[in-house]
Amino acid sequence: METFVQQLINGLTLGSIYALVALGYTMVYGILGLINFAHGEVVMIGALVALAVYKALAATLLPPLLILLIGLAVAAAVCMALGWAIERIAYRPLRNAPRLAPLITAIGVSIVLQQFAMLFWGRSYHSVPALLPDTSYDVLGARISAVQIVIMLAAAASMAALIILVQRSKLGRAMRATAEKPEVAALMGVDANRIVALTFIVGSALAALAGVLVSANYGIAHYQMGFLLGLKAFTAAVLGGIGNIGGAVLGGVLLGIIEAMGAGYIGDLTGGVLGSHYQDIFSFMVLITVLVFRPSGLMGEKVSERA
Amino acid sequence: MKTKALAISLSAALALCACSKNEATAPAAGATPSGQGPLIVKLGHSAPLTGPQAHIGKDTEYGAQMAVDDANAANIQINGRTLKIELMGEDDQADPKQGTIVAQKFVDAHVNAVIGHMNSGTTLPASVTYANAGIPQVSASATNPEYTRRGYKTAFRVMTNDEAQGKVLGEFAAGKLAAKNIAVIDDKTQYGEGIANEFKKAAEAKGAKIVAVEHTDDKAVDFAAILTKIKADKPDLIFFGGMDPQAAPMSMQMKKLGLTAVLLMGDGGCTADFLKNAGSSAEGQYCSKPGVPTEQMPGGPAFIAKYKAKYNAPIQLYAPYAYDAVMVVVEAIKRAGSADSAAILAALPKTSYKGVTTDIAFDEKGDIKDAAVTLYVAKGGQWQQVETVGGKPAAATSDANPAPAAK
Amino acid sequence: MMQDQKKKVLGIALIGVALAVLPFVIGMGFGNAWIRMLDFALLYIMLALGLNIVVGFAGLLDLGYIAFYAVGAYIYALLASPHFGLHWPLWAILPVGALIAGIFGVLLGTPTLKLRGDYLAIVTLGFGEIIRIFLNNLNAPVNITNGPKGIAGIDPLAKNIEIFGYPLHSLYLIYYLFVALALLIVFVTMRLENSRLGRAWVAIREDEIAAKACGINTRNVKLLAFAMGASFGGVAGGLFAGFQQFVSPESFGLFESIMVLCMVVLGGMGNIPGVILGAVVLTVLPELFRQWAGPMQMAVFGQTYIDPESMRLLLFGIALILVMRFRPMGLLPSSRRKAEFEHAEEGAQA
Repeated sequence: METFVQQLINGLTLGSIYALVALGYTMVYGILGLINFAHGEVVMIGALVALAVYKALAATLLPPLLILLIGLAVAAAVCMALGWAIERIAYRPLRNAPRLAPLITAIGVSIVLQQFAMLFWGRSYHSVPALLPDTSYDVLGARISAVQIVIMLAAAASMAALIILVQRSKLGRAMRATAEKPEVAALMGVDANRIVALTFIVGSALAALAGVLVSANYGIAHYQMGFLLGLKAFTAAVLGGIGNIGGAVLGGVLLGIIEAMGAGYIGDLTGGVLGSHYQDIFSFMVLITVLVFRPSGLMGEKVSERA
Repeated sequence: MKTKALAISLSAALALCACSKNEATAPAAGATPSGQGPLIVKLGHSAPLTGPQAHIGKDTEYGAQMAVDDANAANIQINGRTLKIELMGEDDQADPKQGTIVAQKFVDAHVNAVIGHMNSGTTLPASVTYANAGIPQVSASATNPEYTRRGYKTAFRVMTNDEAQGKVLGEFAAGKLAAKNIAVIDDKTQYGEGIANEFKKAAEAKGAKIVAVEHTDDKAVDFAAILTKIKADKPDLIFFGGMDPQAAPMSMQMKKLGLTAVLLMGDGGCTADFLKNAGSSAEGQYCSKPGVPTEQMPGGPAFIAKYKAKYNAPIQLYAPYAYDAVMVVVEAIKRAGSADSAAILAALPKTSYKGVTTDIAFDEKGDIKDAAVTLYVAKGGQWQQVETVGGKPAAATSDANPAPAAK
Repeated sequence: MMQDQKKKVLGIALIGVALAVLPFVIGMGFGNAWIRMLDFALLYIMLALGLNIVVGFAGLLDLGYIAFYAVGAYIYALLASPHFGLHWPLWAILPVGALIAGIFGVLLGTPTLKLRGDYLAIVTLGFGEIIRIFLNNLNAPVNITNGPKGIAGIDPLAKNIEIFGYPLHSLYLIYYLFVALALLIVFVTMRLENSRLGRAWVAIREDEIAAKACGINTRNVKLLAFAMGASFGGVAGGLFAGFQQFVSPESFGLFESIMVLCMVVLGGMGNIPGVILGAVVLTVLPELFRQWAGPMQMAVFGQTYIDPESMRLLLFGIALILVMRFRPMGLLPSSRRKAEFEHAEEGAQA
């Protein structure tokens, strides 16, 4: 029982991380129909910028929590600028290009950012100081740490904030209009370019948050940390129905739990024939099965055939 | 391939080639003993000189270059001609594909012997090329057992392989650490799985019980799920076959989940980076490295001083092994009285050479006999030597604190 | 007309002669290592042409294409190595490899028939990873693939031979084998492109519903695209295994899939010469770069500031962005797609 609860907590933590990153993917996809492959790298930049801030402030006697918040603020600012720049350089000129062209530029941006980070911060893994209180709590015999709780709350709060932003605010209405039909939105006085840029900026701020929390959770950061995370988050977004904010969180949390349960129980269920090394296969199988029955993901709306 | 960034990743493809003029060696072999000019021999050396392991690759090349310079300075006479070795250094990027291209370059240059490559991943595919060309290959650092297990008569190594290391680790866990219930995790790479399997065998043979076997991969950072599963099996020791980027977070997550078992690792986790990144959780964890700490090698202190004087840099990792690898070939040339590939190949199995690292002799597979493994424990943010198993005991200072490979 | 025909024959003959002489020129000038590179370039051409069928012709975004390459490579490795003690000849293995890779293509295609665009991308990506993970894991409980250790000692594709007493390195023979197969694949894809099937693919790419309405059996046609693309990948994989004489799962990672996709898109999706150009450019340029970036920095600045390896990747990334920015249809776009695209743009502006 306590093992099960612990696995659930493990899965929820992992899932909340995926969800945070998936939100960024889904925002951009929702409005442009574009996989922003470089999103994972923005997460990485966020983590490393925040780490640089921690290091710079380590000598000061500021309280750790304040250092963390300053780090987050700086990382968010840098990532927002980065997101804006990526959109301007790599995506906007290609808005009317064939569908695969922006995918390739996204891969290009991803490689460039990685190499830049490597030149700037080096190849080695960086240890991230523990700035959040190092306490953990007992839940039915399982352990949950303060960092994990913060991550879960952050994912839930981000989702709520985004939903409110998109559904209730004026900006959100413009976003939805642009997503629906940019030309018509433009006729209604919506500056599509501005809206798209803002979407990227919001998504990148979320990426910074994700980066800070991921590095806090694992205690390490590295110039390649973003790629795989981005891929998993993208998978999560697709699972939930890409373009749908609630779907991104649902997909993320589900994927996290599937992975944890997969690693924890495949071995027992198959009598030891398959083990934790089939965890990823298990997750992908679930994804494929879901997509066979719901081709647009769990919460994705039925896209009209001519998308 | 095992991209063991810090560990045995050193491929000195030391191609001992009889220079571009093949005729130059032919007379040396016997026909006209009265030499005209020096007997020029080209040594190829291949290691990643760019990319993440560049510093280790360069270190290897330096080690080989030092041996070459020493051999040239010694004025070795082969059939009346002075032996003059040239080092041909190539960059294989630690990439298996690139490794075969470099191997081809060496073969094209009619090399007579090769040492290396640095990584197992490049050494393995390249060894096919050398075997087909009949060129002896001495690796200073590829630790994958497979390298000498494929029946190639051309494959030799002067470094402890993973199999030997895994065995020592297993015996250490069940013996000195008195672990009864052991969980094993590997990263499903050639290196990680190989060393974990050897560990399992040896530990079980010593009476320990393997209560769980789990796998992860070499890019993972989250081990909560498998550690939670392992926790339920209540092991008193966890062995991890993998590298420090995984080992460090694993160590931290063990503490977070309240796992009290000791973590034991092979050389992949035996790094300064592990200590740095695992933070306080590193304390009390164990690891091993092949070979003897440089300070305690028979020729260690002298080598360190010489290396420092020559390159004004600390030894990264395998420079002394590369040095020995070159010297083993030079000795073979001396004994054979020829720099022909075939002659070197015939002489190599009979090697008995007092090297910098240890006394070198090869078994029938081409592996070094009586290979040494040193065990360490993390104390006060340092790796402290626990014991050294096998190898030639040296003028050891038991409390020496070998600096783990600097990154 | 006759004139054109003559020119065409002359052109083909010239290309033939050039291809026949190329390895000797390169071998003399730069050494056999470059012939090896050339052989790799040919392998990538085959791969890129295979992927081009799926992505370029049928418009199905496949991010796991390398899986078929892996399947082909492992089929060769299992059937011609001491691992199972089997030593089948090349000509027996390649069709088997192509067939099995094709079956895997159908296996991938079937559950994804209903998926579009990016959903398909992620499923194919997952499929690629599944294959790689299986190859990595299937050494226990029953050892089939030898796991992460890979399979070594694979039978070589060719041995060094002597012609008229003149020794000829196996690399030359391998080169001719690869050229022959690459030409065969080029020929097949060219015929396909203008066949009924090829037009059906284009129809699906442009508008699946309309294609269906025109009586095209979209399911079968899509599956055929997957199967054919996969079988080309399988052939290339088999050749790779015999060429390297060593396979291990790490040669078949996601990055390789992405590389091949970049070749196709960068060169000019759907256009055969473009795809070939893309494959050659992305194989040879990085290698050139790898060799010159370091020395060049040394010569200019007296020291290496940026590690050539990361510089290579950096420039690769920048090149991807720039080429797509200024030639979104690729370096050599297909005329049909170009026309369609420009037409669409006009439509959008109107």
